[in-house]
Amino acid sequence: MILVWLMIILFVGGLGAWLAEGLGRGIPRVIALATILLDLLLVILMLAAPDLLGIGALSQASLGQQGDWLVLFSADWIPRFGISFIFGADGLSLLLIALTVFLGLIAIGSAWHEITERPGFFYFNLLWTLAGVIGVFTALDLFLFFFFWEVMLIPMYFIIAIWGHENKAYAAMKFFIFTQVSGLLMLLAIMVLVWFHYQASGFLSFSYFELLGTELPAGAAMWVMLGFFIAFATKLPAVPFHSWLPDAHSQAPTAGSVILAGVLLKTGAYGLIRFTVPLFPEVSMQFAPVAMTLGAVSILYTAKVAFAQNDLKRLIAYTSVSHMGFVLLGVYAWNAQAVQGAVMTMLAHGLSAAALFMLAGGIQHRIHTRDMDKMGGLWAVVPKMSFMALFFTVAAVGMPSLGNFVGEFLVLLGSFQVSITITAFAALGLIVAAVYSLIVIQKVFHGENRNTHEMADLSTIEMLCFSLMMIGLIWMGLYPQSMLDMAAPTLQSLNVAFP
Amino acid sequence: MSNDVILDLMQIILLTLGTVVVMITAAFKRDHGLVNALTLVSLSAALLVFVFIAPVLPQQATILLMIDGYSLFFSTLIIIGALVVTTLAYPYFEKHNQQNEEFYILLMIGTLGAVILAASNHFVSFFLGMEILSISLYAMIAYPIHKQDAAKFPLEASVKYLILSGLSSASILFGVALLYAQSGTLSFDAIPAAVAALELDADPVFIVGLMMIMAGVAFKLSLVPFHIWTPDVYEGAPVPVTAFIATLSKAAMLAVSLRLIIAAKAFQFEQVTIVLSLLAAASMIVGNLLAVQQNNVKRILAYSSIAHLGYLLVVIITAAVLPDSLSVEAMTYYIAAYFLTSLAGFAVISALSNAGRELDDISDYQGLFWRNPWLAAVMTVVLLSLAGIPLTVGFIGKFYIFSVGVEGNLWFLLSLLIIGSGIGLYYYLRLVYAMLLSPADMLKPEADAAKASLPAGIHLVLASLTALILYLGVYPAPLIATLQSLASGF
Repeated sequence: MILVWLMIILFVGGLGAWLAEGLGRGIPRVIALATILLDLLLVILMLAAPDLLGIGALSQASLGQQGDWLVLFSADWIPRFGISFIFGADGLSLLLIALTVFLGLIAIGSAWHEITERPGFFYFNLLWTLAGVIGVFTALDLFLFFFFWEVMLIPMYFIIAIWGHENKAYAAMKFFIFTQVSGLLMLLAIMVLVWFHYQASGFLSFSYFELLGTELPAGAAMWVMLGFFIAFATKLPAVPFHSWLPDAHSQAPTAGSVILAGVLLKTGAYGLIRFTVPLFPEVSMQFAPVAMTLGAVSILYTAKVAFAQNDLKRLIAYTSVSHMGFVLLGVYAWNAQAVQGAVMTMLAHGLSAAALFMLAGGIQHRIHTRDMDKMGGLWAVVPKMSFMALFFTVAAVGMPSLGNFVGEFLVLLGSFQVSITITAFAALGLIVAAVYSLIVIQKVFHGENRNTHEMADLSTIEMLCFSLMMIGLIWMGLYPQSMLDMAAPTLQSLNVAFP
Repeated sequence: MSNDVILDLMQIILLTLGTVVVMITAAFKRDHGLVNALTLVSLSAALLVFVFIAPVLPQQATILLMIDGYSLFFSTLIIIGALVVTTLAYPYFEKHNQQNEEFYILLMIGTLGAVILAASNHFVSFFLGMEILSISLYAMIAYPIHKQDAAKFPLEASVKYLILSGLSSASILFGVALLYAQSGTLSFDAIPAAVAALELDADPVFIVGLMMIMAGVAFKLSLVPFHIWTPDVYEGAPVPVTAFIATLSKAAMLAVSLRLIIAAKAFQFEQVTIVLSLLAAASMIVGNLLAVQQNNVKRILAYSSIAHLGYLLVVIITAAVLPDSLSVEAMTYYIAAYFLTSLAGFAVISALSNAGRELDDISDYQGLFWRNPWLAAVMTVVLLSLAGIPLTVGFIGKFYIFSVGVEGNLWFLLSLLIIGSGIGLYYYLRLVYAMLLSPADMLKPEADAAKASLPAGIHLVLASLTALILYLGVYPAPLIATLQSLASGF
């Protein structure tokens, strides 16, 4: 039930923030902050003191599921189709929920001063997106999963379409159509899977646990798997389904980019780990070389494209695709190191990309441009901001002792055992990453300040946000075992080969 | 005629009585408000009659009409639709048009025709119901004809509808004649036996008859390539009448077509499956593609209705391979979803319009979110429901299509459905986006005037339709249970 509460708090808080707009422009953000802090408190309690909430590890064999689920909730929804509310969280889900709520806090911090128009509706959309994402990370009924998959889309559309920048109509539309159409393919795939399960077992069910291990005819299995794969690869995104992302990211307001890059992309990776591979283990392994190649192509191609950008946000957006290529590579290598690396990359990239978007948004808010050619020499003007930029850029590149390094290293280590060629190419991505990152630092912060931009340095709220993310990344870099241990039981139960 | 039959026909009798009462009242006292209220009362009486007296179901009430759960479901939908249209018509015509009383007589007659269609399982009642419905529609479309500055082009729309609808009625009638000539029966149920006994399954005359009926029905349902009239009539008619055409007349026509297809076992003729598949594919593609190019909201909804009927045909085609009850269940759900959603959509347009000025250009909706958040929110829910996004009833409808489509192995049509939905998103979102834009300099004084004087009835209609769309989208189980039980009769 605690999982449902996480969402209810966000839904109610969102409505509250919207309605409170009439009381004053400053009220909605306070309500949003209180809501997210309450959620954060619950998540911390779940992680640190589960016994206090009475949700210690339960092995509920009666429901027929595998593995240890920390929290489970189930109730009937549409019995006609065997659809029910099943929410569950294991280590992997909990890590991602923690990331979601934490970045929600950061997003509110970044919107605190930036969003002045219609703040009530903004925070409503923000909190509802987060609630939808938590739904995605916890839903264990495929229909329910699809439901949340789409629900998180609508508020995000509003965020881009209302508070976005100059080309928001195009970006919001593209974002919505890409996700929705690929989502429909997934819905079709879900229906086919359920139908084959019905043929075999005689009863309709959308439950993840029931559908695991459904035998599909060889020809159909590949198509059904592709339905899932395309939906998740679009969200991830992987080349060639990535073209919505640079537009959506560069047009979204800062808080929107933070949530998009930090959280929404991770739902694609989560879907691959939780659904695509476990539901279709055999065809997934046949498909793995293709997927891994796509991963490597994503890493290299988008890194190259990123290098060619002048628009700061677009550049960061392309680097996101590049980093998510590592996740794709890791997932389809499907051994302990690689998948753990993919999970670490998801978490670390969530923080580093969110921080970079927040910096880019902060710069745009101050000097009203994202064009790097018009920047330069900002180090002397805004030393604190420049330091943060350097830190998070270096983190994203994969500096040892920070989270991203652990993730990408593990991915490469794992995939090396599967395919040396692909791994060799993917590893080149690390070099290209260094090149485009240094370009950013050089163009924006070094050199001469041609336009003599005067701007305020980071405010206290921003410093607080960046410091929190910094601590997170350092923790991941120095003590990754704490997170790997949480994810390991999940991965074991999904039949990842552990040594 | 036994008492049971009278009881079962109570709804139709009450509607007829209501029509007479409204007519006599209008003859003696010309009072728009009074006639409107009387119409509402008569319709409500017909709607609620079966709450108080229990009908005997299912029953063949006279040779022409079949009263069962299926017909009652549709007549309930139809009468709800008529109530909404009546509510919308009052502020639309009041003060903007003279002599509005006859409109309600026509409305009642049209509703009666639709209810008869929903209950008919005989070609005679099929044709009677259809003509009662269509003839009152000709007049309703042209209703503001004497108004010098009518908002739209009622005459053009009406003549167009008259000619094309007359043509399609003729086609249906000729088809019925051919069927009768070969099989010797006019009752839907007796057709399969006649086909078997007289070995008509490859009889060219019989098949031509079937095809002519299908073409006529496709006209009425505006399936591509019989769709040309739809956007013009939708745009030219006054909004409440457009709502009537888009919901009541389509639902009634669908009700009788499905009954005909299933009762007559039309799918034993493979030509029927082929033709329906072609119609479905063409409607999905053409409807969506043409909708993209429109700037008028009524025309967008017209093309979108063409596309939606294409989706619906996918469900009907599954009846060829699946048990009838499943297809009927899926189809009735989708119709209910589409019915409620379009009704709410036209209610919003109507709330913004009157007989002198209709706000139906996409630019009229710019900034509606900030000028009139309530109407814009309803419209957004409507558009998301039409696009089939979760939380709305349209999603469950689409889910049904997918589920029967997968069982029926209709991969080609399903892939067209996905493509069509993708295109559909574009024009639905375009409208949503227009409403989100800043109103700034686009502020229309008329729009704000309209908002100030909205009667409570419209708010009630909007609120209850929106609540239904969301409720049935989140918790469809009760409606599904109802439909499952009525579909089990097939």
